[in-house]
Amino acid sequence: MTSIFARLLPLSALLLAFASPAHAALNVLACEPEWAALTQELGGDKVSVASATTALQDPHRVEARPSLIARARNSQLLVCTGAELEIGWLPILLRESANPAIQPGQPGYFEATRYVTLLEKPTRLDRADGDVHAAGNPHIQTDPRNIARVATALSKTLAYVDPANAAYYASRYNSFKPRWDAAIARWEVQAAPLKGVPVVVQHKAYPYLQAWLGLREVAVLEPKPGVEPSVASLSGVLARLQQTPAKMILRSAYNSPRAADWLSERAHIPVVELPFTVGGTPGAKDLFGLFDDTIARLLKAN
Amino acid sequence: MKRSLIASGILLMLNAPAYAGDDLQAIRDEIHQMKATYEARIEALQKRLDQTETRVQQSDAKSEQAVQAASAAAQPAPANANAFNPEIALILSGTYNHLQRDPDTYQIGGFFPSGGEVAPGPRSFSLGESELAISANIDPHFRGNLTLALTPENTVSVENAYIQTLGLGHGLSFKAGRFFSSIGYMNEQHAHTWDFTDAALPYKAFLGNQFADDGVQIKWLVPTTDLLVELGAEIGRGRSFPATERNSNGSAAGSVFAHVGGDVGVSSSWRAGLSYLGSSPRERSYDDADALDNPTSNSFSGKSRLWIADFVWKWAPNGNAKETNFKLQGEYFRRTETGTLSCADQAGAGNCGTGVADSYQSTQSGWYLQGVYQFMPYWRAGLRHDRLNSGTPQLGAGLNLADFAVLTPYNPRRNTMMVDYSPSEFSRIRLQYARDEARFGVTDNQFAVQYIMSLGAHGAHTF
Repeated sequence: MTSIFARLLPLSALLLAFASPAHAALNVLACEPEWAALTQELGGDKVSVASATTALQDPHRVEARPSLIARARNSQLLVCTGAELEIGWLPILLRESANPAIQPGQPGYFEATRYVTLLEKPTRLDRADGDVHAAGNPHIQTDPRNIARVATALSKTLAYVDPANAAYYASRYNSFKPRWDAAIARWEVQAAPLKGVPVVVQHKAYPYLQAWLGLREVAVLEPKPGVEPSVASLSGVLARLQQTPAKMILRSAYNSPRAADWLSERAHIPVVELPFTVGGTPGAKDLFGLFDDTIARLLKAN
Repeated sequence: MKRSLIASGILLMLNAPAYAGDDLQAIRDEIHQMKATYEARIEALQKRLDQTETRVQQSDAKSEQAVQAASAAAQPAPANANAFNPEIALILSGTYNHLQRDPDTYQIGGFFPSGGEVAPGPRSFSLGESELAISANIDPHFRGNLTLALTPENTVSVENAYIQTLGLGHGLSFKAGRFFSSIGYMNEQHAHTWDFTDAALPYKAFLGNQFADDGVQIKWLVPTTDLLVELGAEIGRGRSFPATERNSNGSAAGSVFAHVGGDVGVSSSWRAGLSYLGSSPRERSYDDADALDNPTSNSFSGKSRLWIADFVWKWAPNGNAKETNFKLQGEYFRRTETGTLSCADQAGAGNCGTGVADSYQSTQSGWYLQGVYQFMPYWRAGLRHDRLNSGTPQLGAGLNLADFAVLTPYNPRRNTMMVDYSPSEFSRIRLQYARDEARFGVTDNQFAVQYIMSLGAHGAHTF
């Protein structure tokens, strides 16, 4: 036993020497691409941001894989959605990371949903209702006004966690906020024809977008949140569409196209693949692109 | 206060020496006037003071309400008295076994019996182990976890009961109590997360299913950017096979392990590890039979050294495991044991008589390789191949290998296939077939249907 320890000790010392270069930038681990993009927007070159998921991954189902543990260990700030969206993997990741700075309750643990009023709070909590989130629907990033609210809080958090660059973060925010507000005004004008348009959604991923643009949700393909649509449930949706027709089916880039295509063929309405987050479509390169592309795609199908 | 001051002032004035009659009267009138004015003023002041106080109280109440409303909006968790109750998760499982051979005759040929429950479960319907897990953060520094295993025989055993640190910093973490050792890949995983109904043969033969000691563990995450490098060490009492308790101070089993892992593109991730478990069992006993088939009681004392190399690779298109994904995992075990082996006939006769003992040395190995493929949402299929190599033990001149029936050189093997259906992340129904050749020269065809369900707190599983 002792000989093993004696052999391991110099090895670990060697690894330590190699592995600790001076990191000037603030290390940030974002749970989803939209928060990585926002942190980059507000942190500029003072932050080094990595996203735990891509737009093509279902954020409910990610694993605390080794590379994420390594990144979490070195992060000074964690930026996540919260509201139990990451409950299947983030608690393990935080525990395995052994990093006190990003544990819940610390300034380095940032949950975006804390700064936004959540919709669709369930009136009862029962797993028989599928993958329901007790705090409400966590997909807040589909309304740019929520992004603005989160940006205000995130900018303050950046300054708190990295006080040396507080002035820099404030100036980045002061440059971002008016550009974002102007963009929201522009999008609202562009999207005016979408008001009242009836839509079918694959997953309850867009209540905030619907509330913002006045889209009307007629049906959901998933029989229950997180449950894959079956032929039976899709037939039910099809029958409902005979009564209350919809103009389009919305699905996110990470959803399988099968269910939406099945319904599209039979109901003769187009499927609109929305980016859902930054990187979901080629046009959604950053936060501005995310909404430019979302609205362009909706208008095209309208 | 003010009032009494003025009053005493007036009293003082009243007590002043008298001058003359008229003057005195004039002064008295003046004083009365002054008194009246002051009293009126004081009353007015008092009124204003009271009004201000009420206003302040009202605005306080208002701001308190606002704060409460704001915090209620920000934090959906209700502030009940039981809000601090720990997370409770319950695992329910059950199996229907159809076994060609009697499970009571199960043994792993060529290997010391581990004393663990390595045999397939009983025939027909049976409850699997139900697990009750309770965990919570204790304070900002520690987290606690208790996992009770409720067996079908109506016994309760403590599977895990440990505390771990939440933030020592510098990538260090510390665990103490009873926990699954971090050696190998599967050792740390609870049975309900296994991809097959039972553990792989090397785990059964070398660790009696899983190694869980009472002890302490320290882990260090090397500060690397994208590549995980984790080093750790454990020491413990040695309550679990291949160790034995020794009734002595210090530790009877210790392990060191290193894990490395990372991503290859967005679609693949992997982890590899190397572990060593050293223990010094004393009087590790088991029952066997000698060359004449007389029942014997044997025991081993000495040193046991186990090395495990493990590897797991997971793939999902674009890293999105929801539709399809694939997992390949394999582990290689190699154990060397040196020491003294003794044999005593249970009736004091036979080849072993009242007891013989001499030196024993063996090098044994085993491995398994398994692949599990999710070919469509909810449905997975898996294949596993296990193989053990007992080698030939070297016995001292005082012992005859023929008198140690279970140590007769043999290479057990098993092939397993399974299909499972998981309608949600909380439920799973599995069908499994295994062709088991663990017993000497005997093939056992084993069929199993199993359900595993979890309820309560949302569990999060390790990679």
